[in-house]
Amino acid sequence: MNPPLLEFNDKGIYCHQADVYLDPWRPVKNAIITHGHSDHSRWGHENYITHYSNVPIIKYRLGEINVTGKNWNETFTINGVKFSFHPAGHIIGSAQIRVEYKGEIWVFTGDYKTEDDGISVPYEVVKCHSFITECTFGLPAFKWEPQTDVMTDINNWWAENRAEGKTSVLFGYSLGKAQRLLKYLDPSIGQIYTHGAIENMTNIVRPQIELPPTTRVTVETKKEDLLGNIVIAPPSAHGSSWIRRMTPFVTGTASGWMAFRGARRRRAVDRGFVLSDHCDWTGLLESIKATGAEKVICTHGYSDIFSRYLRELGYDARTAHTQYDGETNDSDEL
Amino acid sequence: MKNFAELIKTLDSSNKTSVKVDALTNYFLKASDEDKVWTIAILSHRRPPRPVNTTLLRLWANELANIPLWLFEESYHIVGDLAETIALVIPTTKEHSDKSLTEYLQEIVALKKKTDSEKKEYLQTNWLNLNYYERFVFTKLITGSFRIGLSQKLMTRALSKAENIDEDTLAYKLMGDWNPNTVTFQELILDEKSSDYLSKPYPFYLAYPIEGELENLGNPEDWSAEHKWDGIRSQTIIRDNEIYVWSRGEELVTDKYPEFSSFLGIIPNGTVIDGEILPFIENQIGTFNDLQTRIGRKNVSASVLKKTPVIIKAYDLLEWQGNDIRNLPYEERRNLLEELFTTLLGKDIPLQLSERVTFSTWEDIANERLKSREMKSEGLMLKRKDSPYLVGRKKGDWWKWKIEPLTIDAVLTYAMRGHGRRSNLFTDYTFALWQENENNERELVTFAKAYSGLTDAEFRMVDDFIKKNTLERFGPVRSVTPKLVFEIGFEGIALSKRHKSGVATRFPRILRWRHDKKIEEANSIEDLKNMIV
Repeated sequence: MNPPLLEFNDKGIYCHQADVYLDPWRPVKNAIITHGHSDHSRWGHENYITHYSNVPIIKYRLGEINVTGKNWNETFTINGVKFSFHPAGHIIGSAQIRVEYKGEIWVFTGDYKTEDDGISVPYEVVKCHSFITECTFGLPAFKWEPQTDVMTDINNWWAENRAEGKTSVLFGYSLGKAQRLLKYLDPSIGQIYTHGAIENMTNIVRPQIELPPTTRVTVETKKEDLLGNIVIAPPSAHGSSWIRRMTPFVTGTASGWMAFRGARRRRAVDRGFVLSDHCDWTGLLESIKATGAEKVICTHGYSDIFSRYLRELGYDARTAHTQYDGETNDSDEL
Repeated sequence: MKNFAELIKTLDSSNKTSVKVDALTNYFLKASDEDKVWTIAILSHRRPPRPVNTTLLRLWANELANIPLWLFEESYHIVGDLAETIALVIPTTKEHSDKSLTEYLQEIVALKKKTDSEKKEYLQTNWLNLNYYERFVFTKLITGSFRIGLSQKLMTRALSKAENIDEDTLAYKLMGDWNPNTVTFQELILDEKSSDYLSKPYPFYLAYPIEGELENLGNPEDWSAEHKWDGIRSQTIIRDNEIYVWSRGEELVTDKYPEFSSFLGIIPNGTVIDGEILPFIENQIGTFNDLQTRIGRKNVSASVLKKTPVIIKAYDLLEWQGNDIRNLPYEERRNLLEELFTTLLGKDIPLQLSERVTFSTWEDIANERLKSREMKSEGLMLKRKDSPYLVGRKKGDWWKWKIEPLTIDAVLTYAMRGHGRRSNLFTDYTFALWQENENNERELVTFAKAYSGLTDAEFRMVDDFIKKNTLERFGPVRSVTPKLVFEIGFEGIALSKRHKSGVATRFPRILRWRHDKKIEEANSIEDLKNMIV
């Protein structure tokens, strides 16, 4: 019997016929990469293939690597297997990977979301037979509010803090979430400052998207300059001396996990905004249905629970163990 | 309801006391009188009796969410709070509701007597009429307390600011048995009527654990000491030929301890005694575990009364001859209390004096503390002789100095996800000790559960271990490969038929992670039993 077109081994998702890996977590010869988060694009592969818009991102993160960029829908063939990238809507440059061999089609989502965030190319349904999906938020308890509502809340929060003479510190991952926040912050409220990690990453993607001006917080920045303004920082900065010198300040976090009261309290932030770059419950179910796939493999997230529910819906669904983190609840930076 | 939900959201979303008190003060300034009464009631844990059991709540919520029941249960285990899970899985509609908090609570009170189908109709309609956060608050009003980190003390402070009434006076008014469904704000807070005060206890004065060296307390002559009893803190009120016994949880427990009615006619009217309810079996102070058999019961049978009789160890006098004497120095109150006891000689009532310890140096005190286990106490109380009886937990005049806990090294065997702020981590652990079975093989036997004592970083490491070393899953519980050893501390120990190990421990908690120990080196049930005095 032939091995399945895509299989899971200790290095990653492997295509035997083409001898390539998708988002491998150990060093391999040929790696096809969905997006720039560090659990998906790791260091040490000989060759990287990814979407054009992800190339500057992984070059910045991984240094001198051998990388080839591809366009959306551009098919490239390796030993008879046809590969192509399709928008995943997760972050800038994030793609699903379509794999076709002898009429059999598989799709690996990497990470994805169905809501158009206005900065990533929106998620596109790709018809397939087998669908390898993340399910970070694969529980019916996760339902996202529209982005415009959440951003209104965030801007109102900033304005309130400013009225009280306090600095707003908003946490979000440096790649993806930070730019999404920047895009919709209302610059008429005040000035936008950034943590160095976010400023650097933002500068990498500025050529691709229009974002408001930002100022890097440096040792010369006085806390009086920050009062009433907003600082975007990675979650790892929370509780650090870097933040403490900004007193008086109020903290907020933008993450899907903020849907749970417990998660917000555990992180000890003042305000939690439910804003995720992953699908919510409905998003997952609708996109799986739209692919027409019969076979579904659930990777990171609440995969056991989610695949059990899919089986009840009639899918041939199972869980595969990977080393992807999704939007992590505990560790700080992807 | 909108304002109340907003308030809860603000209280829940800040970790700063000042923000919470300000939010509540502002709420009190704007709320209607009836909403204020209900808000005070809810924030002091006086919610109406639960009108629907949680099984039905889940079922009806699940029906609206349109998911299989197992999926609801899995979500609940992960979210860690039933009301929150219900609020999350039910879809939000475009409907809204302008009913006040009072209207909702009156409906919830009335709901208890309705039929199941009426209850279902009521709940489902309201769930769909509320937005996510209101739905959470509404469900919480039905299921339990809010746990938003707001003590009664802070609530009283906010009310004091809003109403311009002294905090201690307010604390007194809010004590006792009042019903938010019948009392008005005027009656509860604003009126001055002494007849209402017949059954009212005084707010308890609570001690902090001692900090630093004993010598820092100053001159030993300025201090009085007594043993710290491990029972239920209580206040016994005798006024107008009636007796009222209150527990520290502000629960009226007179009916649970009928033996104390014998005080009437012996202890004069106008007396309030601060003391500890203790099990007293065959003229010996029992363990807290003995007392457990009395706590949960509504009706106390003759056999229970016989098996576990109780006494009160009196340590302070708050009211004497009808006068509030809390402002007298402790020394004077104690003298009055001891005088009262001289009149009780030969009277067979279950009331004993908590004796003062005689000492002249701090060293004497330290030696006395070492006798605590023998005395069946959990340490010592130090009280400044000239201190008045204050309200709530205050530093300075009263200190508790507990004995070091008993400790044992045990193996982690089961884990469960925590609740509230720990809902995504496995933080509730079950520990086991070695025991020889009938085939002379050593096996691990569960002896205690503990869920505090590690740092957040350690909890994350243990959580990671558990996720990678799960053997079996039983709903929310996982059995894990026995590998990690922890030092467990506990305050007391007693034989117990209700526990698999045959031993019950009091206040078990994790003292530290014994990275240096292998499971073979953990203690045995035998070692544990040897600790029983």
